[in-house]
Amino acid sequence: MILAEGLTKKFDDFLAVDGIHLDVPTGQVLTLLGPNGAGKTTTVRMLTSVLRPTSGTARVAGFDVATEPERVRASVGVLTENHGLYRRMNAIEYLEFFGSLYGMSAGDRRKRSELLLEQFGLADASYRRLGEYSKGMRQKLALVRAMIHNPPVLLLDEPTSAMDPESSRMVRDAILSLRGNDRTIVVCTHNLAEAEVLADQIAIIRRGRIISYGGLAEIKRRFLGDPQFEIRFAAPLVGAPDPGEAVRVAALGPDWFRYSTTDPNRQNPVVLRRMMEQGLAVVSLQETGQSLESAYLEAVNQVPDGVNHA
Amino acid sequence: MPDDMRPVWIIARREVRDQFRDWRIIFPIIGLTLLFPFLMNFTAQQILDFARGYGADIVGERLVPFLMMIVGFFPLSASLVIALDTFVGEKERGSIEPLLNTPLQDWQLYTGKLLAAIVPSLTGSFLGMAVYLGGLGMQRVPLPELELTLLILVLTMVQAVVMVSGAVVVSSQATSVRAANLLSSFIIIPVALLIQGESVLMFWGTYATLWWAVFGLLVLAVLLVRVGLAHFRREELLGREIDVLNLRWGWRTFRQQFTGGAANLRDWYFKSVPVAVTRMKPAVILTSLFALVSIGIGAAQFQYFQVDIPTTDLGGSLGQVVQLLPTLSARPMLLIWLQNLRVQVIGLILGVFSFGILGFVPILAGMGISGYLIALLANNGIPALTAITAFLLPHSIFEIPGLILATAAVFQFGILIATSNTEKTIGEVAITALADWAKIMVGLVMPLLLIGAAIEAWVTPQIALLLLS
Repeated sequence: MILAEGLTKKFDDFLAVDGIHLDVPTGQVLTLLGPNGAGKTTTVRMLTSVLRPTSGTARVAGFDVATEPERVRASVGVLTENHGLYRRMNAIEYLEFFGSLYGMSAGDRRKRSELLLEQFGLADASYRRLGEYSKGMRQKLALVRAMIHNPPVLLLDEPTSAMDPESSRMVRDAILSLRGNDRTIVVCTHNLAEAEVLADQIAIIRRGRIISYGGLAEIKRRFLGDPQFEIRFAAPLVGAPDPGEAVRVAALGPDWFRYSTTDPNRQNPVVLRRMMEQGLAVVSLQETGQSLESAYLEAVNQVPDGVNHA
Repeated sequence: MPDDMRPVWIIARREVRDQFRDWRIIFPIIGLTLLFPFLMNFTAQQILDFARGYGADIVGERLVPFLMMIVGFFPLSASLVIALDTFVGEKERGSIEPLLNTPLQDWQLYTGKLLAAIVPSLTGSFLGMAVYLGGLGMQRVPLPELELTLLILVLTMVQAVVMVSGAVVVSSQATSVRAANLLSSFIIIPVALLIQGESVLMFWGTYATLWWAVFGLLVLAVLLVRVGLAHFRREELLGREIDVLNLRWGWRTFRQQFTGGAANLRDWYFKSVPVAVTRMKPAVILTSLFALVSIGIGAAQFQYFQVDIPTTDLGGSLGQVVQLLPTLSARPMLLIWLQNLRVQVIGLILGVFSFGILGFVPILAGMGISGYLIALLANNGIPALTAITAFLLPHSIFEIPGLILATAAVFQFGILIATSNTEKTIGEVAITALADWAKIMVGLVMPLLLIGAAIEAWVTPQIALLLLS
């Protein structure tokens, strides 16, 4: 659904995006991570045909971003970093305005507006001036606007940045349900916990380049090594337990031990079985110590600071 | 409505609706539309009575249409504010990007915003004029003639389009509302001068000339809309964030275009300059045609402005001229050269503000006067060929090509500004176009005019003396 090859953007002497490759199939969520100024927004703007790539190609929903910009934009819903709404309009007018620009019929616009406002908890504020909206409500309305024409591709820049925990959860659930409906979604975020929940693929961008691209587990493994697991027991251990040769014991405590494995899907059940065979009462088994945050910080610190020059 | 125009209408409708919800726009428009005309009615009545008291009825009669023009113009001031805000205001409020992400084409977005800025103010303007005329009717003041009323309506309309389209160009290219407001003086000052000129014509009663003003403004409006559309780029709206005068970048861009990558002077003369001349070939041809036509028009003016000149002691007069211009004296030659250069710089300044069109004024005036003088001499017993050979030919061989090239370079500047360029910003286009003009001036026009000035000071008077004494 989104395919970018060697996507590059230069602003005079500044190289904002440097030869990015992306391949996001239908029904997947790609999370773009990176420090401020890494090139995430520029990438999104190129994918929406708002910025013209200096070189490279990209196809979004089957359309070329350079030669079919109107078709690309018609197929994409975008939540922009600055979602500045028209403060003297109400939500219905606002959504109807954007719906009409996407060529929706009056009936469809009204039906879809009401449905989405209801879904995002804004139905009661449908006829209030947008200038009276709170920051979180504006953010939600901007997200609704991005979805008004039911686009196959959603590009969301910081979708939950201004929201309270409840609203953030609502938006995350909405994104996950959209993924289930065969939407392709690109999310730019600094919220790594959110990225962990949402992402099928993660691309870490630094100084305009993708420094790591892959699934969550793959990224963690690349920067933090094999995943670690911790088993806690009901009683203090007498001697070291034997998890088998396929895993590596990382640490041992009075009533717990940690191990790492290259293949948790296969090895974790084996380890559990062995513990029980050794008569040890297992209370819990959980992955530990390898958050996306750790992997991300490891990744970005590998690239030195500086300014990109073309 | 054609499908292509539907988004234009959607944009315009939203903006107009938004404007009518903003009391800061509504109140001035209501004031200028409904209250100001009554004040003008009162003023008209008072001045009419006053002027009649002194038997100066004509002053009062001319005042009535003049005040109508003023009543129509004032609401347009709101359109300038609205137009300046269209793009850059939305950019500052962060609402432009969602709009740029829709399937709108650039021209649809641009035209929608243009209409939104023009229509409410123009409606206010027409309403104000209607109120004013209605008030005059009620006071039994004679109304302006139908043709004059129509002229004022059309003039107001084209003025609105010129102001708004200029302001929208500024708004789409400026980096902030503050910058747009500062740049608006490039619109306000010329329009203020225009209104002053129109006022003079209105009091003078030369209404036919005002129709020419309408035509000129119409051309300017079309060019401004064209420039706005040609240089409107989504990317630029989002890309530029700060107002920094980057002199280094400006100089580098100018220098690159001026040198054309030439390694030395010889390379520049034989490669870079000819490329620039070739690029402006159509402009050169057009300028040459205009020059020829203006000679004819100038010559035709003799029938309206016939003057008898004494030709009996022409030799004596020419002898005095020769004494005033001693051969190889640098001062007269330099004075002629500097005067010709000054005219070309004025041509550039006129051209910059009119997309090259007013850049034709110096050559048309010069050629027209030459045509008239040849006709004058021919009608005073000096054959045209002799007159041309004696007074023009020696130095014109160099001067006229120089003038044609200089004018064509100014026209080329206007063409480049009005032409769509997806690779460069409007600032970059202006700098490179200016560099091309400078290249033509330094490489060809200045040397040609210098040679022409030397011949004009040192040789032409001698030849004239030889042929006519």
